[in-house]
Order: sequence, then C-alpha cells, then structure tokens
Amino acid sequence: MTTKLTTEAAVRAILPPLSGHALVCANGFLSRWACALGDRPECFYMIGSMGLASSIGLGIALAKPEQPVAVLDGDGNVLMNLGSLPMIAVAAPRRFVHVVVDNGVYASTGNQPTISGRVALEEIAAASGYRRVERVRDASAIERELAAFAAADGPGFLLVETEPESGAPAPRIPFTPEEMTARMRGALASRR
Amino acid sequence: MSAPSSNARFAGADFAASLRAAGFDFFTGVPCSLIASVLRALEADGYVPETREDAALGLAAGAALAGKRPVVLMQNSGFGVSLNALGSLQQIYEMPCLLVITWRGQGGTDAPEHLVMGRVMPTILDAYQIPWRTLGERELDADVAWARERFDETGRPVALVVPPGVFA
Repeated sequence: MTTKLTTEAAVRAILPPLSGHALVCANGFLSRWACALGDRPECFYMIGSMGLASSIGLGIALAKPEQPVAVLDGDGNVLMNLGSLPMIAVAAPRRFVHVVVDNGVYASTGNQPTISGRVALEEIAAASGYRRVERVRDASAIERELAAFAAADGPGFLLVETEPESGAPAPRIPFTPEEMTARMRGALASRR
Repeated sequence: MSAPSSNARFAGADFAASLRAAGFDFFTGVPCSLIASVLRALEADGYVPETREDAALGLAAGAALAGKRPVVLMQNSGFGVSLNALGSLQQIYEMPCLLVITWRGQGGTDAPEHLVMGRVMPTILDAYQIPWRTLGERELDADVAWARERFDETGRPVALVVPPGVFA
C-alpha cells in the first residue's frame, strides 16, 4: 500500500491541468494551499460559507457556459452541501470539473473526523449523474485523470485521497474578500 | 404595516417583467406559495430551481462573479437557512443580489412553524444591515427601481419582502 499524498502534494498535482479554468477553492487549508502554489486572477478563494464552493462554481458555469470551471473542494465541504451534487449533475455543465481532496477530517478545526471514510463521495456523484467519476491516490493518476476529464464532456468528479495535514499549513490568503471579488469579475468579464 | 389583502393586487408575470426590465438577469431560489405566479413566469425564462436557499446564494455569488445581476427568491423559513451565506459570502465579498423573501407569519396569523420567523425577520434584516422594503405598498416598478438602486449603491444584498396577498 502506497502512502497517501499530503494536501500540498495533491494540490501541486491538481492545479497545472486546471490552468485554463476559473477555479473556486473551498474554505480552509485547501484555499490556502491553492493560493500559495498557483495563484492567478481566475482563482477565487473562500474564507467562509463552508459547503458553497460547488454552488459558486455552478453559478459561474451557468452564467458563462463556454468558460471551463473547476471546483477544488474538500470532503467536509461536500458533505455539508450534498444537494449541490445533483444540482450540478442536472445542470450538466460540459466544461465543469469537481475535484475533491478527501483527507477524512475537518483539518482547519483540528482534524476531527468527517464520515467520508465510510461513504464513497464519488459514488454519490455517480448516482447523482456526473458524467465521469474517478477515485485516485497518487500524483500521476491525478494528472492522467484530469487529462481524460478535459477530453470528455463534464461534469466530472475526481476524488483524491490524501493524508490529514501534519505539517504547517500554507499561509493565510493575502487578499481581502472584496479584492478577490473584483479580480475574479475582471478576469471573467472578457470571457464568454 | 398594512394588513394582508385577500385580493391579489399584482400579477406575478408583471413583477417578473419588471425585474427583467430593471436589468436583473439571473434567477434562482426555493419556492413559496405566495410567489407561485412569479416563479411560473420566471420558470419560462431560465429560472434555476435550487435545493436550499444557501446553495441558491452560492449560485447567485457565482453568477455575480460572472457579471450577472442575480435574484434569489425564497420563503422566510429559508431566509434562516441563508444567513451564514449572506454573512460570510455576499456581505464580506461585496457581491450584490436581490432577495425576494415571502413573509409567512406576518402579524402572527399563520401556521405555527411560521410564527417565530414571521415575527423576527424584520429585526434580522436590520441586524444584517440589509436594506429592505415591503413589496406591494407602491407600484411594482417603483419598488424594483428602489432595489436596483440599493443593489448598485451598496454592492451587497437588498431585499423585497412579500406579504400574503400581493400576488395572485
């Protein structure tokens, strides 16, 4: 059995294949890693409203159907807003990728367990009607699957198994919330 | 506050048309019987039915990032569900949206489950510093124009509250 990825290693592998996507990052350590490792104007980092990253991503996709959209989500976040999975599947945005970093815990509140170890979130996504669903646990599989997702119609759901955080988390997001809104709006304004 | 009228004063389709004419262009929410005719008119034109009111605010946030002027329609029971999203998403990120919230429990005469929220909703709206007006006491266009002005001026949520009897 191979060792699971750290959050940092997972995010390092996830970001490059999504460089053409508008990226909505769930609150907590995920946003902080994404910001530290691959910030760009088309990235939106949540600092609150846990659970809603996937809804925000769907809102962008509905408003701009030609724009590729990715959501970097966590297991606690998905469990908090499960209704979003059938919403996304029913709306069926073609260029939508939902990546869930599943570390099995609420990391930023002290690694209390979620129930994701006992329920396969990707199976809920599949039952909801996502067009493509995979579970992976290493960097090369992330790269391979995100390339396959890009070549097919979405929505796609990629669950990445990771270890709970043990080292220092990434630094806090350096932008104010209103700065993040302004730059994302600016970045999307020129796109269809 | 005027007592609920037993005769509907406005057509839901007229309100939907007024919202469109004022530049609102993304509609989502969770239904309430008091605005059934409004929803019927919007459903014919791209309304996105959501599963929860906070998720509808998530959709509205994404739509706002993509340049839309969103409207989220809900019953006031769902206003309770939406408070964390309003506080930690729309308000702090300065994402405007128009909330159309029905007022079940207004005046203390309704089913038991609506009485607490019916009583405290105005206080909560004020505490959240959400500008709001009761719909139907003026012409619809005047209320919609007022909402659009607050939407542009504050860059944050603004609410039109709909008591019983406004719409057929």
